[in-house]
Amino acid sequence: MSDMNQQMTARYKNNFLKEIEQQAEMGEWVKMCMQCGVCSGSCPTNFHPGWQHPPQEIFMLIRAGKRDEVLDSPSMWMCTSCYNCYVRCPRKLPITHIMHGIAEYAYRLGRAPKGQPTLHLSKTFWNNCTKTGRTNEVKLTQTLYFKDGIVSGIKKALAMQDVALGLVKAGRLNIMEALGGGHKCKGAKGIHAMLAKARELENQRKGRAA
Amino acid sequence: MAKKEYAFYPGCSSQKGASASNYLVSVESMCKTLDIKMTEIPDWNCCAASISYAEAGNLPRHVLNARNFALAADNLPGQDIVATCAACWLGARESKERLEHNSVLLEDTNTALKEAGLNIKVIPEIKHMVEVLIEDLGYAELASHVKKPLAGMKIAGYVGCQTNRPFGIHGESFENPMYLDKLIETVGAEATPYDQKVTCCGGALAFSEPEKAQAQIKDIIESAYDSGAEMVVTPCPLCQANVEVYQGQINKRYGTKFNLPVLYYSQLMVVAYGGSAKDAGLNGQVIRARKLEDMASK
Repeated sequence: MSDMNQQMTARYKNNFLKEIEQQAEMGEWVKMCMQCGVCSGSCPTNFHPGWQHPPQEIFMLIRAGKRDEVLDSPSMWMCTSCYNCYVRCPRKLPITHIMHGIAEYAYRLGRAPKGQPTLHLSKTFWNNCTKTGRTNEVKLTQTLYFKDGIVSGIKKALAMQDVALGLVKAGRLNIMEALGGGHKCKGAKGIHAMLAKARELENQRKGRAA
Repeated sequence: MAKKEYAFYPGCSSQKGASASNYLVSVESMCKTLDIKMTEIPDWNCCAASISYAEAGNLPRHVLNARNFALAADNLPGQDIVATCAACWLGARESKERLEHNSVLLEDTNTALKEAGLNIKVIPEIKHMVEVLIEDLGYAELASHVKKPLAGMKIAGYVGCQTNRPFGIHGESFENPMYLDKLIETVGAEATPYDQKVTCCGGALAFSEPEKAQAQIKDIIESAYDSGAEMVVTPCPLCQANVEVYQGQINKRYGTKFNLPVLYYSQLMVVAYGGSAKDAGLNGQVIRARKLEDMASK
């Protein structure tokens, strides 16, 4: 168990709803859910495997104090950020953000499913775009393909080569970006400093050890 | 002096050599015709897109967007920020809304921004390019520049998610927004009745879980064909790329024979305004839009 997971278990004891309300972004909305299920019916990924609990079940599990079931669930990681649930919820819960918030909190606690591909993409994207201040699309793709090692990476790259060639021909994939070329912010140093400060402040506000 | 002036936030995908560079080419031509002056926000940064949620957390995400607000307000005072990308627009609007409704978040944001030598006092209005067209200019003004109506072209207007939800375009419904159909009709083409108009393309999951995203993209393309469309038009760079570039993979996976061009609204407008295929960025299509190319060269 991670230190933060132990710290939070001790702080909130059996009050998991309170824990989510105080720690997860938009978590204070969870108790407003009236279990109608419109969010589930609106989710574009609801017919795919991996959808263990739809949003309204996650919200009821939180109220029932089922900490392990929620934090270890792969369900929150299915979100495509399409905001369909968000605009249809009759009680106006910002469901997309609540799901993101619970997912993020599970990740901070070290509880997210191992090797979850969308979590990996989230980390890769943020690290990629904050490094220079702008996304390097070529490096982003490379990092994604090679996440499970060289052999699997080459296989994936080969399977995708038609897509890549099409983009290169259309002038929409700049190979120079692979060599550190491409677009950057002049103020990258300032960006790093302000984001480090933001992280520190967020940890302070939530009473988390940095 | 230009008719309208804006602080331009092009976003990462629109940069030269990036996946939506053809979008930027067409927007620049379109703005020239419409006498819109777009000044890039100096040294703007990435919005981090929705997908960064897990690694970014809350405050760092808003601070990243706030840097752009501060740079725009300091260097281009009084101008609204205009984004062409759906994700940039959504990310920026979301941060603006949160910061304006939460004084603690705003205070923390300014503390963090200080590290980059910046500060926000007023957050500019944030608009999508489509809002500039239909709200600031209006359909009549847009139509008045049409030199070559795209008569006889059948087009499916694919709005997608993030220019539609959660904010959307003022006065439009989330379930059946009409603005894109109206834009298609404004340039003289026919908008086909398209039942997957607001279906999600899978977004970033096209990278992380391609089989899930491609199942969704397949429905989006199939329904465009069913509606009788000969091309798809969208306001979002990720919708454009996802629906266009994976058609070959979907054909392999499902045995389909998709080969449907996917364009930006701005590319249609440039051709209708008498611009060349190059002005419209039509050489940037992976699936060439031959009919539109022919129209442009006439």
